[in-house]
Amino acid sequence: MEEFDGEPTVTWIPGVNSQKKQMCFDWGPGEMLVCETSFNKKEKSEMVAGCPFIHIIRKDIDVYSKILRKLFNESHGIFVGLQRIEEELTGKSRKAQLVRVSKNYRSVIRACMEEMHQFAVADKDSAIGRQFSSQVSILSAMELIWNLCEILFIEVAPAGPLLLYLLDWVRLHVCEVDSLSADVLGSENPSKHESFWNLVTTLVLQGRLDEARQMLSKEADSNPTSAGMCRVLGDLMRTMPILSPGNTQTLTELELRWQHWHEECERHLQDGTFASNPHLESLCKVLLGDDAALLEHKELLSNWYHFLVTRLLYSQPTVKPMDLHLYAQSSLDLFLGGESSPEPLDNILMAAFEFDIHQVIKECSIALSNWWFVAHLTDLLDHCKLLQSHNLYFGSNMREFLLLEYASGLFAHHSLWQLGVDYCDHCPELGRVSLELHIERIPLTTEQKALKVLRVCEQRQMTEQVRSICKVLAMKAVRNNRLGSALSWSIRAKDAAFATLVSDRFLRDYCERGCFSDLDLIDNLGPAMMLSDRLTFLGKYREFHRLYGEKCFVDAASLLLSLMTSQIAPRSFWMTLLTDALPLLEQKQVIFSAEQTYELLRCLEDLTSGRPLCGEPDAQQLQDDDIETTKVEILRLALARNLARSVIKEGSLEGS
Amino acid sequence: MYCLGVPIPILQMVLQHKDWHAFALVQSRLDEEGRRIFAFGAGLFVPALPTEENWLSAATVPHKKISKTRWRPLPPGSLQTAETFATGSWDNEENYVSMWSIGDFGNLDSDGGFEGDHQLLCSIKHHGDVMDLQFLDQERIVAASSTGCVTIFLHHPNNQTLSASQQWTAAHYHTGPGSPSCSNAPCTGVVCNNPEIVTVGEDGRINLFRADHKEAVRTIDNADSSTLHAVTFLRTPEILTVNSIGQLKIWDFRQQRNEPTQILSLTGDRVPLHCVDRHPNQQHVVATGGQDGMLSIWDVRQGTMPVSLLKAHEAEMWEVHFHPSNPDHLFTCSEDGSLWHWDASTDGPEKSSLFHQGGRNSTFLSHTISNQANVHQSLISSWLSTDPAKDRIEITSLLPNRTLSVNSLDVLGPCLVCGTDAEAIYVTRQLFS
Repeated sequence: MEEFDGEPTVTWIPGVNSQKKQMCFDWGPGEMLVCETSFNKKEKSEMVAGCPFIHIIRKDIDVYSKILRKLFNESHGIFVGLQRIEEELTGKSRKAQLVRVSKNYRSVIRACMEEMHQFAVADKDSAIGRQFSSQVSILSAMELIWNLCEILFIEVAPAGPLLLYLLDWVRLHVCEVDSLSADVLGSENPSKHESFWNLVTTLVLQGRLDEARQMLSKEADSNPTSAGMCRVLGDLMRTMPILSPGNTQTLTELELRWQHWHEECERHLQDGTFASNPHLESLCKVLLGDDAALLEHKELLSNWYHFLVTRLLYSQPTVKPMDLHLYAQSSLDLFLGGESSPEPLDNILMAAFEFDIHQVIKECSIALSNWWFVAHLTDLLDHCKLLQSHNLYFGSNMREFLLLEYASGLFAHHSLWQLGVDYCDHCPELGRVSLELHIERIPLTTEQKALKVLRVCEQRQMTEQVRSICKVLAMKAVRNNRLGSALSWSIRAKDAAFATLVSDRFLRDYCERGCFSDLDLIDNLGPAMMLSDRLTFLGKYREFHRLYGEKCFVDAASLLLSLMTSQIAPRSFWMTLLTDALPLLEQKQVIFSAEQTYELLRCLEDLTSGRPLCGEPDAQQLQDDDIETTKVEILRLALARNLARSVIKEGSLEGS
Repeated sequence: MYCLGVPIPILQMVLQHKDWHAFALVQSRLDEEGRRIFAFGAGLFVPALPTEENWLSAATVPHKKISKTRWRPLPPGSLQTAETFATGSWDNEENYVSMWSIGDFGNLDSDGGFEGDHQLLCSIKHHGDVMDLQFLDQERIVAASSTGCVTIFLHHPNNQTLSASQQWTAAHYHTGPGSPSCSNAPCTGVVCNNPEIVTVGEDGRINLFRADHKEAVRTIDNADSSTLHAVTFLRTPEILTVNSIGQLKIWDFRQQRNEPTQILSLTGDRVPLHCVDRHPNQQHVVATGGQDGMLSIWDVRQGTMPVSLLKAHEAEMWEVHFHPSNPDHLFTCSEDGSLWHWDASTDGPEKSSLFHQGGRNSTFLSHTISNQANVHQSLISSWLSTDPAKDRIEITSLLPNRTLSVNSLDVLGPCLVCGTDAEAIYVTRQLFS
């Protein structure tokens, strides 16, 4: 028995009557589970025997979100692009490409987030609006996790730049400060604004020291008594050594300079430079990276990962990637202070800081309600060659497993199935089988849709599926009395048996009506005629009619005869063919040669001798037999006369 | 559903970070030839009037696969450029006919992109897939449905609404063998010449309707044994249909016989034809696109075979359009996700090579059936030219990265609009710049 990683979610099915003891469920088409229920959504439930309704449970419900469709469509394009950049690039340019792809994915998440936010705001009070806002926060968390993974796994930032990336990460996701800043600066006297010190502190906490200094200068202007202190603190901020992207200094140099700066800050604090101004003193303590001082601003930090990054900025600016998890763990513990337990998001981020990719993916799979996130993230990390060694005991490997899970959600959707195809294509092991199973189950409402499905199959040489789809369409056409269409489809599928069936229908219709329908098709069969014997016969027989119509009697006659002698014509049709020969036999000039007439006679005898004798014939049959006997009599007479004429003609020709 | 709970004011976050501007929101980019291509994932438009009704439509309409896009015709003599178009969606539980405005985007914004205020004007629910869409006049659009129904929608520009003004239900239907009841057949194509409307369908039926007439004016049952895919007017009252066994048929409504006056066909392979368009000035010149992506040019006055076959797309060609006022230019789109611009104008001195390599597609092969004798040289359109030295067609691929099928396109003046299965609409207003 496997262990569960989390509690399985419970789905309540309304209207289940457990007393009837017939609670059953089954897999429906696609990704749905259907359950019996007596719950009627529209009307008051009546007391009916059994369970007249079914309740449908879908697996990947996010696929059905209307706004997330944009996410699926846009990310599909990025996904396909990512599979194409494969291999050709190496080293730096490859990394740059992968980072760009990762940013594209994130920008799509953001675009969706924004759109959904608009709907949430517009529909604030309703249940739908609340649903939208909860989706916004999920998307926001997804982007937060993705961004961190990008920094740690794809960018693989070394000590030094790592912190700069983390700072950007925090600034991007904790952004109340920007509205606060606009608010304070917009007021008449910024330094007297009630949130002034909050703003300055937040700026310092986020390492935005230039902006913080500008704020301090405003304070200095309006408050001459603290001007000196502000200047000193401002200088400290200005001289803080940081790694700038263009700078060539080594990490050791930086560490040395940073150490000096740190000691200077400490000296100022011990000298009591800022003793008279508690705000400035606390800022100085923040600059020193003092844990207690930082935790005083818990409200402004808002979450533990902000605390972590600020703490690193002012105490360990050259933190190595491998040491991150130590600081992360202690920051989480300090920040929560035993008051609350970590949430799923915290666990995911912590796993990322521990560089445990599999744990990140596992936690995300449990916490998120869709496969989109894990499938795309795993695929991207796989392209970074980070997941090679990991094989699952089910499916082939994790990347494929997740992509196929996501794809099957798409196939279950009535409209997104086209996206699923490309995901299957890029799963080398089980993708093809999965596609084969899914593609056959797509409902074909119009021929146009069928053509699109067929194109997918034909591009991938899935002959079995092409056959089955064409057969479905041919069958549909037969049911709709569209024999021409049915024949076209069976020709496309190269389905000889079905072509025979349709040809028989054509011949039957001809026998009933005495004329052909769908001539435009039958006259233009071309090489397709060879598909089945019956179809060949149909085409040739029609050719006979055309030759006859064009008064090419000799050609028509030999074609007619060859249809019987070569056994292409079905026995049941011979009588019709012989009857067709009658007018040719009665022409003024001799058309059938003596030899041909013998052949015809043999055919007629074959046909009449092979006729089985039935028991008591009824009246109708007697009448039919009567007609038949007359027909045979007339034929025999015509053949005999023709034989006589042809013998004379041939004899006289030879004699002359 | 699990909420991870990170309440962040999103909008503000987005606006504050300028370096995040490579948004998928409104993709406007320059292609390699310096043309500006607009892509807007159709869901991004805030409705013009934030009324209850518009919100509803905005919330539900946009995320759809686009089956048809059509420019609204301009009033005769107008000097404006196109700015309103209609789209139809397909393969969804609920499908819509929508009107869009691309507004006026003259100004370049700071990022070098145009700030377009393209927006959804209005939408109306449509029963079944929108199989075809044609403007009857400036206010009325005719939509063909997969349910066999043909509907005229009226666009009220004053309050931006659409309403169904006339409907022929079951214009196309199958009659099953055993059952007397008939089932609906998809209507696959429609063509309008106010007030006449001609529709064709999977049932091989041709209907002639007249706006304001309740019943069909003329119906040709079993006009075709296979599916009719598209229809166009040749010369009133003659129409041209293409079918799924590679035939082009000309029908004359003046004749009472229900037989085509002429059948033209591709020899041999019976490759289905999916689209047809007639040269706007030379009415005997017709272009068709087939299942194999091949572009065929026909001269309906002579022969029963195409004048030339041009190897084009890798999959079904869904639509072909001559440029209405500049017919040396032709546009095609395909299931393989490409949108091509064919330029057969021979006036450019720079076009010296037979196979011009300027476009991104060098997979261009011109196979001309050259046994077309006694053609009057003076009347030859550039599309019918059989002289290999003059046979220069420059092909440009208009969409940068292809993924899913481009189902429809329309050109009007310098503007082109196309819709895809990736639920995006692309608009460009600088076709010839």
